[in-house]
Amino acid sequence: MNAVLESSHDAHHHGPVNTGLKRWLFTTNHKDIGTLYLWFSFSMFLIGGVLALIIRTELFQPGLQFIEPEFFNQMTTNHGLIMVFGAIMPAFVGLANWMVPLMVGAPDMALPRMNNLSFWILPFAFTMIISTLFMPGGGPNFGWTFYAPLSTTYAPDSVTFFIFAVHIMGASSIMGSINIIATILNMRAPGMTLMKMPLFVWTWLITAYLLLAVMPVLAGVVTMMLFDIHFGTSFFNAAGGGDPVMFQHIFWFFGHPEVYIMILPAFGVVSQIIPTFARKRLFGYDSMVYATSSIAFLSFIVWAHHMFTVGMPLAGQLFFMYATMIIAVPTGVKVFNWVSTMWQGSMTFETPMLFSIAFVILFTIGGFSGLMLAITPADYQYHDTYFVVAHFHYVLVPGALFSIIAAVYYWLPKWCGRMYDESLGKIHFWLSFIGVNVTFFPQHFSGLAGMPRRVPDYAMQFADFNMISSVGAFLFGFSQVFFLYVIIKAIKSGQPASDRVWEGAHGLEWTIASPAPYHTFTEPPVFDDSEVHS
Amino acid sequence: MLNKAQLFRNAAVCVSLAATWSLGADELNMRTGVTDISKAVYDLHMIMLWVCVIIGTVVFSAMFISMLLHRKSRGAIPATFHDSLKLEFAWTIIPMAILIALAIPATGTLIEMYDTGGEELSIEVRAYQWKWQYKYLDEDLNSTFSFFSNMSTPKDQIYNKEAKGEHYLLEVDNVLRIPTNRKVRFLITSEDVIHAWWVPDFGIKRDAVPGMLNDLWTLVNEPGTYRGQCTELCGKDHGFMPIVVEAMPEADYDAWYLKQVAAESARIEALSKTFSADELMLEGEKVYASFCASCHQLDGKGVPPVFPGLAGSSVAVGARDEHLRLVYEGVPGTSMAAFGKQLDAAQLAAVVHYERHAWGNNTDDITQPRDVINLFSAP
Repeated sequence: MNAVLESSHDAHHHGPVNTGLKRWLFTTNHKDIGTLYLWFSFSMFLIGGVLALIIRTELFQPGLQFIEPEFFNQMTTNHGLIMVFGAIMPAFVGLANWMVPLMVGAPDMALPRMNNLSFWILPFAFTMIISTLFMPGGGPNFGWTFYAPLSTTYAPDSVTFFIFAVHIMGASSIMGSINIIATILNMRAPGMTLMKMPLFVWTWLITAYLLLAVMPVLAGVVTMMLFDIHFGTSFFNAAGGGDPVMFQHIFWFFGHPEVYIMILPAFGVVSQIIPTFARKRLFGYDSMVYATSSIAFLSFIVWAHHMFTVGMPLAGQLFFMYATMIIAVPTGVKVFNWVSTMWQGSMTFETPMLFSIAFVILFTIGGFSGLMLAITPADYQYHDTYFVVAHFHYVLVPGALFSIIAAVYYWLPKWCGRMYDESLGKIHFWLSFIGVNVTFFPQHFSGLAGMPRRVPDYAMQFADFNMISSVGAFLFGFSQVFFLYVIIKAIKSGQPASDRVWEGAHGLEWTIASPAPYHTFTEPPVFDDSEVHS
Repeated sequence: MLNKAQLFRNAAVCVSLAATWSLGADELNMRTGVTDISKAVYDLHMIMLWVCVIIGTVVFSAMFISMLLHRKSRGAIPATFHDSLKLEFAWTIIPMAILIALAIPATGTLIEMYDTGGEELSIEVRAYQWKWQYKYLDEDLNSTFSFFSNMSTPKDQIYNKEAKGEHYLLEVDNVLRIPTNRKVRFLITSEDVIHAWWVPDFGIKRDAVPGMLNDLWTLVNEPGTYRGQCTELCGKDHGFMPIVVEAMPEADYDAWYLKQVAAESARIEALSKTFSADELMLEGEKVYASFCASCHQLDGKGVPPVFPGLAGSSVAVGARDEHLRLVYEGVPGTSMAAFGKQLDAAQLAAVVHYERHAWGNNTDDITQPRDVINLFSAP
């Protein structure tokens, strides 16, 4: 009995039980799984980035130079699918895995074995998606929004693999969010009430509920597609009495909350980082929580603003226009709170802070174009043009992605016990910042001038802006390879990090050693107000 | 070094961008357009833009002032405030008021756009992969005459073998013609996947959805040629289905309309004619180029396995009636459409004859319009 206790006691204070590949395959440790998620999402990010560069290469000049339209459509589709489901979402789940237990003072996630499963089914889903590109007839070519009947009656045979892969991703997300909810609600350190939780934990709690609500809807819509394709139903086939517009309603009932699934955790990350480097508590913590909740609620009643041109009755158009405009209010509250946090602080501008400030500015620009898109009569002119492409890339790239990069720089010293090279980090920031704006800002203009999205070739008047955009895309793409170099250099030979890492950092994650031991908080920590700052 | 070179190039591009800005604002902003609606939409767009610019300037200025003054390197001591109910209240109520002020004109314009009654002319817009069909409707909404509108930009321009023309990708073989100063209503639908019909200068866009009839209207004041594109991903040639509308002075339009009605009676006469093999090949080649070549390719080789080749195919050299039937009825569940709905008997006869005699296909039959009529009029 004593020996058993001794050995389990040993395991708590030492590294993983297995070594090599087995360690990663069988791990139930939240830190290992977080690491797996982060590396997986980074590799997907590079693959999705290569697809984007293929697109930008073809669009560098008018005319078809490198690829055929059929293949171009596969590139846009898979770029979207891989970036949304393979890069952004798993990166946030990885951050949650690493940080939620450390931030709430829990020894691990609530359901560690399920945690292992929810990660390890993902590589299969994406291997399947990517393999469709090599199948006869090609991979999915109907856009990441896969509107029926283009994705059913008119789809390549590989669409069935796509449906299966979406099911697997959905299962992974559902398991991940159950785990996050269970951890946050049950395993917080004594004294950490809900309204004292770090904002990253709050935003993830709300995101996890959004995921639980809408991933089954996505699973439902792809199952209906499967039935239309293989079992003779006509959900979306007008000739059989079905309705292609119903596909869009169901898809966007998933799709709009999905948009917030990709941005709420980003709000959380930025709300951790800005107070740290402003050396001042987050302004308006309560209103931040309420604003996040309102955004989550509103995300369920605005879906049809993606469908203003589909032909809805006037009353429907008006409802969705008003509901969409209201989202600007809680989103504005968040931006004002971040600015007020910075106001009269004592700021320093390390790499995570630079990325966070860029996030606030560029995300706000994406929010502005979003507000313009909400105005239905104007939306008719913007809809499905490059203006929309510019809009959602502004909220996803310098929005969601910048926050992930900021989070990596911010917590990396805690993960591996070593600092990154600050000047290299700053170079990475400036290259990314310039690259992202050179790529996406001109797309506002080409969209307003009338260039439709998802076209492999374009009329002469759009040539200048497309060329600028392509140059920016290559700059941005290569700066992310540079990011990989900065990270590997830090892991291998960075300066040792202190436990607190940043002068202004507060929160339970900074009370443990750097690097974080394999097992932490095996006994609940003491949580007092000195660690509250966001 | 590379980074520096790239930065330099970007800086150069930015300077040229600024130069473009001062030269032609048209390429940078939404078009004002030529209808009252498009002008109202443009105004809404500009109001929104300026509201965003003003709010952005205020918020970003506060940020930059803070970043400049409240930095540790200047010895700033952090303040301890972290809450203000008054402020939170203010920045909830003020944006709300701004939004209401913006919603009022937007609602007005939208209601106007939905006011479809009182039109003087109805045109059905029917979308196909990857072309438009325009049907001019009479008062009972029956078709008086109709035609297809295909992109007319040559493949050699697309593949950079010859210089690109002025209206590269935005030119069609048959232009949609409408009169100025008359309210025109468009009834929009699709035969296959979802497309979207957009003419930016009119400020109107609507999806063409199979099984659904959307309506839109316009009233153009200035004669001219206006160009747009399909704006919903519809498969391979989504980027190659432009829309060209010519708004004609009323008298010119009426003359053109009468000519079309006469041509329509000539077309109906042709259905009972017997053609020579040469005539069939000539007409068939034209029909093939507009209706078949985007998938099966001009050389008849197709894009296997998605779009089968026709040169030497079992269909094109097999039984004639089976071949006709396949073209007429299409292949359900694939991209092969039922061309019986798109082509008349004379065109079907010509194209099937052409397919059976082109690219080394060498059947000894001849197909006449009456063969088509006989085959499909049987009960």
